[in-house]
Amino acid sequence: MRLNSVGQIALVAAAIAYLLGVYFASSPVWMGFTINALIVAVIALSWNITGGFGGLSSFGHAAMYGTGAYASAILQVKFGLNAWIGFGAGILAGAAMGAFIGALAFRYGLRGSYFALVTLAFAEVLRICASSFEFTGGGSGLQLTLAPGIGNLQINDRTVVYTALLIVVAAVMALTALIKFSRFGAYLIAVRENEDAARALGIDTYKIKVQAMAISGAFGGLAGVLYLQLWLFIDSTVVYGSAVSVEALIGPIIGGAGTVWGPLLGTLGLHLLGEGAKHLLPNAPGLNFVLYAIVLICALRFLPQGLVGLAGRVGPFKKKENDNA
Amino acid sequence: MLEVRNLSKSFGGLKAVTDANLDVPEGSIVGLLGPNGAGKTTCFTMIAGFTKADVGTVRFRGQDITGLPPHRICELGMIRTFQIVQPFAGLTVQENIAVGAYLHHHDRRDAMSVSREVGKRLGMGAMLDRPASSLTIAGRKRLELARALATGAKLLLLDEVMAGLIPSEITEIVGIIRQIRDEGHTFLMIEHVMQAVMSLAETAYVLNQGKMIAHGPPRELVKDPSVVEAYLGHGAAARLQEGSHA
Repeated sequence: MRLNSVGQIALVAAAIAYLLGVYFASSPVWMGFTINALIVAVIALSWNITGGFGGLSSFGHAAMYGTGAYASAILQVKFGLNAWIGFGAGILAGAAMGAFIGALAFRYGLRGSYFALVTLAFAEVLRICASSFEFTGGGSGLQLTLAPGIGNLQINDRTVVYTALLIVVAAVMALTALIKFSRFGAYLIAVRENEDAARALGIDTYKIKVQAMAISGAFGGLAGVLYLQLWLFIDSTVVYGSAVSVEALIGPIIGGAGTVWGPLLGTLGLHLLGEGAKHLLPNAPGLNFVLYAIVLICALRFLPQGLVGLAGRVGPFKKKENDNA
Repeated sequence: MLEVRNLSKSFGGLKAVTDANLDVPEGSIVGLLGPNGAGKTTCFTMIAGFTKADVGTVRFRGQDITGLPPHRICELGMIRTFQIVQPFAGLTVQENIAVGAYLHHHDRRDAMSVSREVGKRLGMGAMLDRPASSLTIAGRKRLELARALATGAKLLLLDEVMAGLIPSEITEIVGIIRQIRDEGHTFLMIEHVMQAVMSLAETAYVLNQGKMIAHGPPRELVKDPSVVEAYLGHGAAARLQEGSHA
């Protein structure tokens, strides 16, 4: 989480000010909107592990998100297990799905757009399966029994939900920072930068990539479970739909892939933009997606390192002189 | 330290390497020469585990490592560098070297201090915080060497580290390689720059069309008719002989 320019500090400060400001705005609309954005931020952080650090651009992170949500929902609805067990199981299921997709895709050396296509295919196959089988609720989805209480992980108080989500996002970001500055993170970045050189330096690139998919899958599963516990209802389109996969990758790319703050900043920024567009032009539903596309194209063209990279160019701190120069 | 026996590889109908034998004694610098397309790099990729040999064995410190994946071979202490340098462009020089150091130093602080120390040893102290993408070719070649050293490898396979360097840079890197050797490392190097091979290598092998055609001290190899012909074409040796008599 090393911030090394005035711009980056300003950007992060603005985001924190906004997130704290939501407490004082006493507007349920804003809070509800930000709660949604925070859940998307978790799946964005999930994508960031593989797509940002590992350069493994997935186009199907819905596979992990949906698997987490479905695993928890099935355990609760069909087996009557407690929501907390479902919570843990959802994270594990997401990790397992990530590792499975990774193991299969990397076994055959898929990378770049081929990897993106395979992940997309996985998410779509899972979506179709989930809408066909009886134990996933088929086309009508799964509905949790309403039973408010912390024991059932169903919280009515929006402020508490919001606070809990802030803590979760902060924890995932802390884990991201931990990964970034660890041996594993360095290996993952090495794989992104140059896989052959990484192999020569003693890195088992296959293992690193599958592990990254598992970690990313755990975060993705977590996001899915959070969604489930918030809305108490899921169906195949909502959690396995490609909209989830797009949201997962667009935030980090706009915010700054492979950075700790990028996914959150990008997701918040985009959601604010989309929401603003909805209010300014209420007669044009879906316009926010057009805006997303325009912003994404601009970001890809002009901001290779996203908002964080852009802010990094504003008032950079002077690098400390080399002690051995 | 390294024993290569009957190593062969063909790509379709093309026999890239046939029955190659090679020995690298501990503490030595051994050259691997040959005209373009002779199979030198293929030899390297097989020894380092990047491609599987069709036939033959590779033994490193007495252990059979044939067919092991590159990362296992690297853990055992043998590493290759690339002819086309492959820095991790998005990382700083020190972070680049640290990727190598992480192999045996799992803690970030240890790895970073090892990489700083290796960087300084190779005269890169002033560049440690610069992005690797900003290095010149000579700098990148040094970085390639530093990263390999940081893994703690004892045997380094260098694939044309001198290619593309100007003479003064070559002199520098020759000095560095000699210094590293004196610290207890062993080298097997593919090299085209004869000045470097002559001054560094005790022995050299010459590969032509996938076959080892000669082996001995470099000074004698350049007089070997079969070597001269491999480079200059059939009959060249005889014509040179005539020329020198005339």
